[in-house]
Amino acid sequence: MLDFLQEPFALGFMRRALAGCLALSVSAPPLGVFLVLRRMSLMSDVLQHGVLPGIAIGAIFAGLSVWAMGIGGVAAGLAVAVLAGWLARRTGGREDSQLAGMYLMALAAGVALISAQHSIDLTHVLFGNVLAVDDAALFGMAGVATVTLPALALIWRPLVLESLDPGFMAATAGKGGLWHLVFLVLVVLCVVSGFVALGTLMSVGLMMLPAIAARHWSDSLAGQVRVAVLLACLSSVGGLIASYNFDIPAGPAIVLTAGTLWLLSLLTGRRASLWRQAIPNA
Amino acid sequence: MITLDNVELRHGQRIVLTGVSGTIESGSLTALTGPNGSGKTTLLRAIAGLHPLAHGRIDRNGCTQADIALLAQGSHLDRSFPITCHDVVALAATRLGPFRSISRDRLAATQAALHRVGLAEMAQRPIQALSAGQFQRVLFARTIVQDAKLILLDEPFTAVDAATTRLLLSVVHEWHVQGRTVIAVLHDIDLVQRHFPHTVSLARRAAHWDEDPGLQAA
Repeated sequence: MLDFLQEPFALGFMRRALAGCLALSVSAPPLGVFLVLRRMSLMSDVLQHGVLPGIAIGAIFAGLSVWAMGIGGVAAGLAVAVLAGWLARRTGGREDSQLAGMYLMALAAGVALISAQHSIDLTHVLFGNVLAVDDAALFGMAGVATVTLPALALIWRPLVLESLDPGFMAATAGKGGLWHLVFLVLVVLCVVSGFVALGTLMSVGLMMLPAIAARHWSDSLAGQVRVAVLLACLSSVGGLIASYNFDIPAGPAIVLTAGTLWLLSLLTGRRASLWRQAIPNA
Repeated sequence: MITLDNVELRHGQRIVLTGVSGTIESGSLTALTGPNGSGKTTLLRAIAGLHPLAHGRIDRNGCTQADIALLAQGSHLDRSFPITCHDVVALAATRLGPFRSISRDRLAATQAALHRVGLAEMAQRPIQALSAGQFQRVLFARTIVQDAKLILLDEPFTAVDAATTRLLLSVVHEWHVQGRTVIAVLHDIDLVQRHFPHTVSLARRAAHWDEDPGLQAA
């Protein structure tokens, strides 16, 4: 049993992946909590697909450089996020259908571009490859976490007000759009930073699933953030162990672990769980 | 003093109000009445500077955005958000910015405002747990800490019980006594006659200004 738990991390590349995923587990879930509260879960879907064409274009111009692919991904993610926001404001309502249209196109374009590049394995880009977590990828994940957390702390209060009551924000302090944009930049950075280890489709899972699960454990925003980070760290460790022992890609393994923790929270959590609803006073 | 000069307001192409001129004195307590769809909320938002004028102008006598507090009806506030009553009020008590803290006297003002609306005991309760009346008290406490010269209330007593209405009316009177200008959109003519010295009633795309609320009921 101990071997089952320890053996994976005897290997250098697994320790590297673990360090990177733990960095992402600290930085991404707090953003996920805000995405859930702002009812922007669909936006995370759009971003995970939206970064793909950018990563492909980065690879076309600079080969398999993590930095080039990362910068391409961030640029594409921001473009998609801003375009989605603009479309929603211009056409009013029905934002979800436009977002769906955009992410389907982005995914198709990304897959087409990457398939044309024979040097890149599409499965690795979409679902991650812990073997590919080199120094650049690790510094990328740790660097993004280092930037994201203080940035989130700085915009915390305006972001809370803008999420809680955008009308009031507009009527008083204004600049609601600015905080929203800074927030989106942080989300895009986190999604892209996870792509080497987890893949573009899976890195959002580590952002969203712990955040969704955390709602079943705490009444307060800060409490939900703490629970989400804890669940994400557990998912990273558990997922990497499962990935090594059962020989499955790290991205799906970590997301499935996070998903299991979410289902457990949904069933047995302290708030609004199925167990609570069955036995309200337990 | 707020002066409206030939103001026209539209929703898209549809004219909501046109040719509205008149003044609202500083420190006055005014009720804005009229049937549904007569443009009360739109006019209130225009006075707050939140709805563009299709025509004419509004002179707010030097009032900036920081001097105006608007308590919106059916506020956009997300009542499922995990936040306490205290924090909702405290967020409005100070200017927001990345490096600003909430000073001790603003926290004291937050406590005092919650006490004023009878929610001192519930300060640390999440807003999800509040009744409609308690929630309206939180919004009033938030308006108190904004410490504005011009206070705009959109149907502030809708879905609120009699006891809470009395309490909130006493807050409105206090604002009036403090010399703040208060404009409230209201439906209850009886309440308007008893508590509001001035009225503006809207009908058929125009406004009627009146000093004597008694005439409005006729």
